[in-house]
Amino acid sequence: MKKALAVSLILSLLIMVFAGCSTPGGKSDNVIKIGVYEPASGDNGAGGKQETLGIEFANKVVDTIELDGKTYKIELEIVDNESSNDKGPSAAATLVSKKVSVVIGSYGSSVSIAASDVFKQAGIPVIGASCTNPQVTLGNTHYFRICYLDPFQGTVLANFAVDKFGAKKAYILTKLGDDYSVGLGNYFKEAFTKLGGSVVEESFAEGNSDFIAYLTTAVNNDVDVIFAPTSTEAASLIISQAISQGIDIPLLAGDTWDSSVILDAAKGSQQEIFVSTFFDEGDDSALGSKFVTDFKAWLNANPDKLNNNGGNDIVAAVSALGYDAYMTALEAIKAAGSPDPKKINEALWNVKYTGVTGDIAFDENGDAIRNVAFIKQANTADATWKFEAIQSVK
Amino acid sequence: MAFIEKNLPYILAGISVGGQYALIAIGYTMVYGILRLINFAHGDLFMAAGFMMVYLSATLPLYIAIPLVIILTVILGFLIERVAYKPLRKAPRMSVMISAIGVSYFIQNSAWYITSGLAKQYPTIPVISNSINVWGSTTTVVTVITPILTIILVAALVALIRYTKIGMAMRAVSRDFETSQLMGIRINTVISYTFVIGSFLAAVGSLLYFTNYTTVTPTAGSMPGLKAFVAAVFGGIGSIPGAVLGAFIIGICENIIKGLGWTTFYDAFTFALLIIILIAKPSGLFGEKSTDKV
Repeated sequence: MKKALAVSLILSLLIMVFAGCSTPGGKSDNVIKIGVYEPASGDNGAGGKQETLGIEFANKVVDTIELDGKTYKIELEIVDNESSNDKGPSAAATLVSKKVSVVIGSYGSSVSIAASDVFKQAGIPVIGASCTNPQVTLGNTHYFRICYLDPFQGTVLANFAVDKFGAKKAYILTKLGDDYSVGLGNYFKEAFTKLGGSVVEESFAEGNSDFIAYLTTAVNNDVDVIFAPTSTEAASLIISQAISQGIDIPLLAGDTWDSSVILDAAKGSQQEIFVSTFFDEGDDSALGSKFVTDFKAWLNANPDKLNNNGGNDIVAAVSALGYDAYMTALEAIKAAGSPDPKKINEALWNVKYTGVTGDIAFDENGDAIRNVAFIKQANTADATWKFEAIQSVK
Repeated sequence: MAFIEKNLPYILAGISVGGQYALIAIGYTMVYGILRLINFAHGDLFMAAGFMMVYLSATLPLYIAIPLVIILTVILGFLIERVAYKPLRKAPRMSVMISAIGVSYFIQNSAWYITSGLAKQYPTIPVISNSINVWGSTTTVVTVITPILTIILVAALVALIRYTKIGMAMRAVSRDFETSQLMGIRINTVISYTFVIGSFLAAVGSLLYFTNYTTVTPTAGSMPGLKAFVAAVFGGIGSIPGAVLGAFIIGICENIIKGLGWTTFYDAFTFALLIIILIAKPSGLFGEKSTDKV
């Protein structure tokens, strides 16, 4: 009796597993595959999904390419790296085995670095959309990126803190073991002390959800600004606890905070929150405004896409970057004239493209050349972003 | 006075966190006391209660959603015992433990699937989410309510165990499984009651915890679960007052360490403290002496 039960349970498990496999579609020679290496779960799941949305939308806009008079269809291969440094490489290996020509990703610098070698060995070029840590592209020839870097971002934010608030003392809160968080925290500290300020630094570990002690330390040190470059998950905890503790110190953060998660957490409060980012929804250039309108229409027409965007149609900067990364990849494929990863890699060095987030060209490290950042403030009354300033470095 | 004003928030946060750990720790310690089983799924039950609240409060008014969450959590806890532990009653203890780990991952993965891995914002519960002023430092009402509510619930629980028939049965079962069965105690009923009480407290704990830390993720239960488990061992696993005291000590110590600026080491400190206590007193603060039954 028990054995029969066990056998039938195992059988039903097997059936479930196989039901999950869909039969592969008809194979065609005229297909170029672009890999999407992004987190859809974990700490950075929310942001990764928004970046993927930008790529999917771009694929919807342009889904074919002409090479030597032959039309190729472009297909996306999307994997989930789970925001995790130890799961990333196996997700990357999946892309390699699917024979993608070029890869886009990832949101989150740590996972990008973790998978870098897998792509390097396979000879596949990668275009990072929003990974801002310098280590991603440093010392290799296959990793490119279209956003600005953390040293620049940290300096911009330090300049902003001094310009806007006349800040003399800053509290920096980073997450242990997170390359993005620790890196950006350090660059901010360097720039801020150079501008004559002093800092108090603390860090928290994975899985921590109690930030009251950290915020109390910030208050006790009489700081003028709190700089917290963290993932959105920690961010919403920090914000809600700052609100409940009645902390009236402005919160500053990097590009990860440019997410509707932050707006939800801050809604209806008096908390001042400023973030630096790559793209502003209120962009009134022809290219930018067309992207915003079309992208919103696409989101609103697809309920599951809208859900992936956090249930609203606010355009995240990473979606715009995802879109640009895809278009840059197309430019490179066109320039290479072939779906061969090696040729695309060579062609990428000379690609010049005007995207919705600005002009894109690569320097000798494979980094996009950028010199300004957008600063936005969370409008807590109606949960939207308010454009604050275009900040450059002094 | 300025000193108190500056450092009170650390202590308040510590007491509040301690109270929330305590409510989870009781679930661990009661199940262990009766079944000699570490119920690894308990922390995930706590997380599941958080998600239930997120989804139910989206459609239902809070005065219906809150009782419903508690009832559903209790049902879930009851079902876990019936499906995953009861069939293994006669199996070696290790098999039940593995089953518990399996349930824990099952609940966590289901939550990944349902929420697609994204953090959800916990609803604001009026009154207890408000900010109040305690001796010059601002905090939420829930911070103040948590320790009081914890102590009331624990007092009620201790009374239940000491003075009611089912409480007497629980004590008997925890002493000797087989003998109490021979004395006509329906052990399955007693065990179900234990899980119902444990799940109820986990649901209340999750309500208080997530009101303070408003982000619910599929792994939100693992860290509080681990800390509560440590608290239960610390206080002497099997002892309810021990679990509560252990939870408060851990909660307060953690926050004092953070307040001293050693933010990198607070977890290490918690566990170092545990090791020291266990070296000095292997059965924990209030633990019964281990008498091996031959």
